[in-house]
Formats: sequence, structure tokens, C-alpha cells
Amino acid sequence: MIPAPFEYRRASSVDEALTLLSGAGEDAKLLAGGHSLLPLMKLRLAAPSLLVDIGRLRELSYVRDEGDHVVIGALTRHRDLEIDETLRAHVPLLANVAGQVGDPQVRHRGTIGGSLAHGDPASDLPAACLALGATLTAVGPSGERTVEASGFFTGFLETALAPDEILTSISVPKTDGAGWSFQKFQRRAQDWAIVGVAAVRGPRPGVALVNMGPTPLRATAVEEALAAGAGAAEAAEHAADGLEPPEDLNASAEYRRHLARVLVRRALEEAGAA
Amino acid sequence: MTVNGGRQEHDVEPRTLLVQYLREAVGLTGTNIGCDTSSCGACTVLVDGESVKSCTVLAAQADGAEITTIEGLAQGDRLHPMQESFRENHALQCGYCTPGMVMAAISLLAENPHPTEAEVRLGLEGNLCRCTGYHNIVQAVLHAAETVEAGAA
Repeated sequence: MIPAPFEYRRASSVDEALTLLSGAGEDAKLLAGGHSLLPLMKLRLAAPSLLVDIGRLRELSYVRDEGDHVVIGALTRHRDLEIDETLRAHVPLLANVAGQVGDPQVRHRGTIGGSLAHGDPASDLPAACLALGATLTAVGPSGERTVEASGFFTGFLETALAPDEILTSISVPKTDGAGWSFQKFQRRAQDWAIVGVAAVRGPRPGVALVNMGPTPLRATAVEEALAAGAGAAEAAEHAADGLEPPEDLNASAEYRRHLARVLVRRALEEAGAA
Repeated sequence: MTVNGGRQEHDVEPRTLLVQYLREAVGLTGTNIGCDTSSCGACTVLVDGESVKSCTVLAAQADGAEITTIEGLAQGDRLHPMQESFRENHALQCGYCTPGMVMAAISLLAENPHPTEAEVRLGLEGNLCRCTGYHNIVQAVLHAAETVEAGAA
């Protein structure tokens, strides 16, 4: 399968990428690792007229310890996150989740920024960033702005990013000493999660769900129950409250609701909730 | 780009996939196209030493990179230790997944030279064998890890 024809430009700086994007309209797409975008293009579900390849912007590939936060460059690959000592020490949930995305070949190419900007509800990293309360930084023609992860995912494969903006970094609060868990239920090793759960306890608790709606989302009903003093089993009963999970070959909506309740309970128990 | 140590220069359409480029422009057909949806891993090659699925990379993205395909492993008549281990352990049935399995296995050992059996199985999760001959493939990778270590010692 071959993608529809497109123009290919390689950016050698963030500024050059912004220039290439400006004026190209909504038909231009940024190409990072390409492991979300290229499959869609091969299936002709996406046919951008211009690809701006930002994959070589090494300045956007880093993990930095910044006091009570860890800041991650948007082009940091899943493999680099998986083995990064700073991340493993201070935000182990994120390193663990990065090591479970796809398979080794995918993790050698895919980037955290690409995964977030793609906004797939079935992806693992968006849920992890939601549970962790991450803050995303994007740059556009009018400068830099930040968006909370909780306000970033606006619809199915849609995000708060404008067509002429580039996601540049992700800031994640350290979770030193806090319990955490990532539960991924899948039929085959390399599949997307049928349902997944990312949970963090401690001073900044959060619970987020994979593949339980049109966007990656927070399990707000669970978070509220926990805040009100509920235990793991009790809070997990609210995992699917108000949600409309998708139906597909793998699972009915009802089965996904069931999975969400079971997996949230396991996640909370593993993370150390009472 | 460099393919198996030799310099390659071609003008390609932007939409040319790396696997197409390797097979059609460079003429190396050892890299197989299986599912063409980045699921099966038959098209796995090394890009700068790391395994990637060449059906999901544009040739243009690999511009300037060092590519290694299955054809680049043997030195003359001497098989690469991983190829030799696959042969010794009868780690192939129909052989279609083999080039990708071998490349993925080499990348796996480069990152984790002493894997457990479970780590080998997890490390090869991106490669499917339609004959389901996984048992001997895993044995081959474990054996190769020992062989390489013995050779290096």
C-alpha cells in the first residue's frame, strides 16, 4: 500500500518548520516518527498535501530534570523514555508505559509528541499524561503557549493544537514515592489496548482511561470517589460512569465498561489505594 | 543513504517507502513485505543499528542513515552468528518471517545481550511467524546470545 502523493519538506529547525506550516493550511501535517500518520496515509484515511518532516530536530529530543518536574522534548522516542534513568526514577509510570507501546520496532521510531498530537483514544501515552497531570507546550506563529493535558484532547483524533502549531515539550510533575499502575488489556502482544488504565496515587492523584471514549480521558468519577474517601473496589465501580466506549471487533461497549471497572480496581490496588 | 556498507543515491518520489526503495531501487529483495500495516515485522531492517519496520518509514526519512538488511549480515560464506543459530536450531519453517526475525533478534541482543526466555519472547512481539514456529526461534536467539558471548570471551 502506497500513500497518495504529497510534497515532502524536511525542517532543520523549529522556526523553519513553522514557516513551512504557515500558509500551508489544514492540509499540511507534521511528520515525526511517522508511526501513527504513515499507516493512516497508506490506508488513504489521511492524504495530506504537504508533510513537514521534523524527525531530525534533535533539539526536541531530551529528558530534563527541572526540580519538581521532568520536562520531555516532544520528539523523544518511546525507547528513549523507556530507558531514561531520570524518568524511571521520578516518573516511573511514564517510562513503563513508553515501554509498552506497540513493539520494539515501533518504539524505535515513535515519539511522545507524535503520540499526543495524534490524539488516538486507543494510545497508551495520552492516558499516562492525563493521569500524571502533564502540561504541554506548543509553539506557533504568535509564540509559545501551554495547555493542560486535561484540556488537550478535544475530539476523535483531534487536539487543541492549531494546524500551524508544533508541540515542543511535555512537563510532568515528579511522582517520587507515589504508587502507580498501568493496566493494559489486549488480545495479542502488540495490539492497542482494548481498555487501559493509568493510575497515580500520592499528592497529585489521577486516573485515566485508554479506549473508553472518543478521546483519551480522565476517569473523573473514580477520581472524585477517591477524593471522597472511597477505597479501590468502591471507586472502581464508577470507572465507566457517563462514558460511551466504542464498539468494535474486539469488544462491545458493555464489555469495555466491565473491563474498565475490573482494570481500574486492579490499577488502584497495585498503586496502593486502600 | 548507506545500505550494508555501500553508498546508495537515488531520486525517489516522496511517498516511496523504505522497503520499496530497498527492494526496487537498491535491488535487495531479502527484506520481505508481509502485512504492509506495520504489524508482522517481516520487513524489519536496522536503521542506524536499531530495528524498524521498513514498510512504515519513508525512504526520504532514512536519507543519510545506515541501513542493514539481511543481505548485509554474512561475511562471504560465513553466516552471521544469528543466522547460524537460526540454522542450527531449525528456527524456520516456510522462511517468510525469517529475515525480519533475524534483524529484530540482532537489535534485541544489541539492547539486551543476556535476555531471559521471557525477554526474548517480549522482544520479538513485533514479529509474527505464520507457521507459529516461535519455539525454535526463541531457542535460536537464546543460543545466539550464548554463542556471541562465548565468541567474545
